Amino acid sequence: MNDTICAIATSQGVGAISVIRVSGNQAIKIVNKLFKGKDLNTVKTHTIHYGHIKDTNNNNIDEVLVSVMKSPKTFTTEDVVEINTHGGISPTNKVLELLLENGCRLAEPGEFTKRAFLNGRIDLLEAEAVMDMIQSKTDTQRKMAINQISGKTSDLINELRSDMIQIISNINVNMDYPEYDDVDIITNEVLIPKIKKLKEKIGKILAESENGKIIKEGIKTCIIGKPNVGKSSLLNALLQEDKAIVTNIAGTTRDIVEGQISINGILLNIIDTAGIRETEDMIEAIGVEKSLKTIEEADLILLMLSNNESLSKDIKELLKKIRNKKYLILINKNDLETKLDISKLNIDKNKIINLSIINNQGIDELKAKIVELFKLNELKTKDPTYLSNSRSISVLKRCLKRIKDIEKSLKENIPIDMIELDIKNIWEELGTINGTTYEEELLDEMFKRFCLGK
Amino acid sequence: MVDIIVVGGGHAGCEAAYASAYKGHKTLLITSNIKNIADMPCNPHIGGSAKGIVVREIDALGGIMGKVADKTHLQIKMLNKGKGPAVQSLRAQGDKITYPKEMLKILNQLDNLTIKEAMVEDLIIKDKEVAGVILENGLKIESKIVILTTGTYLKADILLGNTRTRQGPHGERPSNHLSDKLKEYGFEIKRLKTGTPQRIDRKSIDFSRTKMEPGDDKYLTFSFDLEPQYKIEDQMPCYLTYTTEETHKIIMDNLSKSSMYGALDDIKGIGPRYCPSIEDKVVRFKDKERHQLFIEPESKYYDDMYLQGFSTSMPKDIQEKMVHSLPGFENAKILKYGYAIEYDAIYPTQLKASLETKILKNLFTAGQINGTSGYEEAACQGLMAGINASLKLEGKKPLILKRNEAYIGVLIDDLITKGIRDPYRLLTSRAEFRLLLRSDNADLRLRKHGYEVGLIDEERIKRLNKKEKSIKECLNWLKENKLKMTNEVEKEFMKKNIQVPKTTMTLENLLKRPEITIEFLENFIKLPYEEDVKEQVEIYLKYEGYIAKSYKEAEKMLKLEKKQIPKDIDYDKIKNIASEARQKLKEVEPETIAQAIRISGVNPSDISILSIYLKKEYGKNE
Repeated sequence: MNDTICAIATSQGVGAISVIRVSGNQAIKIVNKLFKGKDLNTVKTHTIHYGHIKDTNNNNIDEVLVSVMKSPKTFTTEDVVEINTHGGISPTNKVLELLLENGCRLAEPGEFTKRAFLNGRIDLLEAEAVMDMIQSKTDTQRKMAINQISGKTSDLINELRSDMIQIISNINVNMDYPEYDDVDIITNEVLIPKIKKLKEKIGKILAESENGKIIKEGIKTCIIGKPNVGKSSLLNALLQEDKAIVTNIAGTTRDIVEGQISINGILLNIIDTAGIRETEDMIEAIGVEKSLKTIEEADLILLMLSNNESLSKDIKELLKKIRNKKYLILINKNDLETKLDISKLNIDKNKIINLSIINNQGIDELKAKIVELFKLNELKTKDPTYLSNSRSISVLKRCLKRIKDIEKSLKENIPIDMIELDIKNIWEELGTINGTTYEEELLDEMFKRFCLGK
Repeated sequence: MVDIIVVGGGHAGCEAAYASAYKGHKTLLITSNIKNIADMPCNPHIGGSAKGIVVREIDALGGIMGKVADKTHLQIKMLNKGKGPAVQSLRAQGDKITYPKEMLKILNQLDNLTIKEAMVEDLIIKDKEVAGVILENGLKIESKIVILTTGTYLKADILLGNTRTRQGPHGERPSNHLSDKLKEYGFEIKRLKTGTPQRIDRKSIDFSRTKMEPGDDKYLTFSFDLEPQYKIEDQMPCYLTYTTEETHKIIMDNLSKSSMYGALDDIKGIGPRYCPSIEDKVVRFKDKERHQLFIEPESKYYDDMYLQGFSTSMPKDIQEKMVHSLPGFENAKILKYGYAIEYDAIYPTQLKASLETKILKNLFTAGQINGTSGYEEAACQGLMAGINASLKLEGKKPLILKRNEAYIGVLIDDLITKGIRDPYRLLTSRAEFRLLLRSDNADLRLRKHGYEVGLIDEERIKRLNKKEKSIKECLNWLKENKLKMTNEVEKEFMKKNIQVPKTTMTLENLLKRPEITIEFLENFIKLPYEEDVKEQVEIYLKYEGYIAKSYKEAEKMLKLEKKQIPKDIDYDKIKNIASEARQKLKEVEPETIAQAIRISGVNPSDISILSIYLKKEYGKNE
């Protein structure tokens, strides 16, 4: 109950400043570890301090203002530190992660208020309201967890846990049925490569955690289409500034141009590509190749067509390339004569947006579609303080830390039955990402896989 | 009028009656047959993984199973010797003749205990309180408390091939009405099943075709108070053999004749996952060419050999064929056939942590009636029921062992919090704090509780205090003393392939290194302490990191154990709690927040809401 908790207390990414709140008896100590500025252990209560948050490698993460409020005159009545970050979503998340790595626990829904209540800071009359709040935040979080953990991440975690339960149940059978001679004995030598594999897989999940990427890095959006359909104009319209060169000579954009906008607090990293067409121009050819590569890496593809041109073979080819990605078809120049017919392409109507960039029509609709496609409104309207993905990321990082402990123990020849406790801990932690951990699972596994008994 | 009536004279009943009578309460033990006091109707083991630790815990608390086993066993072994200290556990082969005799002898020495042969079929109930028992002949015997330890005798059915016979183990008479009465009083009853293998005439087995499994070559005892009562060389061996392709064929060809595979179509009992019949093993593990079977002596005084791993409910003629297909058993004579047994148990979430039932005051239950399996599981519950029934009579708080204190605590908490699906067996994996719950430190964990409840005498507690003091002294001594690295010492290090320290190190720091043991250091410097003290110190220094981690986890749990949930709480009044959680909380009625957290289906947010509700309604949550 008395551990130190932290969470982003402001709506994420919307304001210029985000506030991370830390509460608990280790709050000042933990923040001080990351803070370069005054020694926070020695400052007076209810004071604000300027400085920087740095990571363990002494890299600067963000320029911050830190408020130190000592117990008992604080919101929770515990020691509270609030960090005002400046750099938007990515640094704020990074600071949160650093706190989690250094001994904070991510707050449960409504936990600050709960503590305030349990510590007598809030009137008893408000108890009902606090319970309502916890319930609604929990519901939101559950919903978000379901929406946010992509099928792929979830599959990877399930696969990982099922690998692990095999190791765990085998070790348990070795402990509980030492005289069964047909059960493999898990020794150091057997365990070392298994742990190595486990480490790699967790690392991979961490890297592939799609939602983590979206929140940390934004949505990589790629605008493609034939030359001169208005890709750069769209980018400019979105950016509302002239970053890309816009001309009506086909092939003007040769380099991939990038820009960033924020939709519902999530970054859209937009990449304008060179027009895709067969070309003999060397410089442009390089651009085209780059474009194809960009498509492969993108999270979202905006395929732009001109209402004024009939459908070409290239475009049909392109459509094939993007079918299994998230994409939208934008039909520009709907102020001109209609020569385009895509009715035969069998495209979901929901994915088609008609626009006229010159007349500034359809841009809002496009933004709305993106919000829908990535469920961004859930990220925004439902309290982003408790993004399940920062939870998952912190769980995965904690697991990696435990694996380092295991590797050390293996070197020191600690008995396997002790190391099993660490492995089981990781297995349980991973279970919290996409479901509950039931002990019964282990027993079932033991008696399903091994033939035991009198 | 007596103080406490114990119904049933199995392992639970014996411990319960002993604890109650030893503590000075007038106790009546009612058994259907005095000959079956402390009977071992199934395997001949006392102990085993996790279970052996329970026997040590029983002894530490002042129970008797460990001492009786020490005085009568045929062989004893430390399991998992090569593994970590937390999973080492003792197992003895009990003698089925002398063990019950020794137990009866101890019980007969108790002034406050009377043993009576009778069949209990009902309870005397006054205002939802139990006030005694009613025998089958209608005779009423009044008491302040009743402890039911009826084992597998409630509506017991023996299943053999296509026959179902209403009888208990050894063809004993079962209790026909007691479980119906309990149902009438509001208990949820569960049907369970277990089985036992054949007993084979020792003289008819060709042991040359089996592998011998001798006892340990080191003297071992369960009890902290007894010197070894046997000679290493006198131990009787066990033997190992395997099923054959022929055995599997016989089983597959006759599968439909097994009670469990269709010969009986009214089987409701749920059998233990960890104790499958040989039919189950052959069917479920088709790829396995052979299954291990242990041949174990049951007694010095008769020739029955227990065939562990061959439990079955096939008809007798098929059992004959099966047994004869085993190597060394071509001419084997079956003395007793294997069978399955179905019996009634009560669903254990209906119990408090003290083992008193929630439904009827002054009624305690222990052992297989609570859905467990195993002599040790039964005995430890019997002991706790006996202790807590006595404490209740004395107007004292019950002794509730926590999950970080004892396997007994894990077992009871699992039963009352999670309920059961199949007969419950203790396993190492069930104990999350198993590093703290070791065989070697059961006395350090539990003797004081035994002393406080009055089962451990002054002399024994003084010995424990002295041991504790010595451990502290020894740790200091190791800090203060150093090993001088002479040429000779270095040579010994190199001989053992141990890295030679560059400087003179304290003995403490040397022992922290995984490859250095006290035994090795004693080549150079003698530690002036007893063996059991050195053992504790060595474990402590070697695994300090892991042990510290466990203590930290335990501390977290203990904080939550302190947060009591009032008995009169009405979960229907907490509107925000999830409906699954509400239903589970109502069923289990957790006594603390920590217990509530362990209920599956109760989520952290439910716990948050519950603690706020408690603060609001009772204001004493912190």
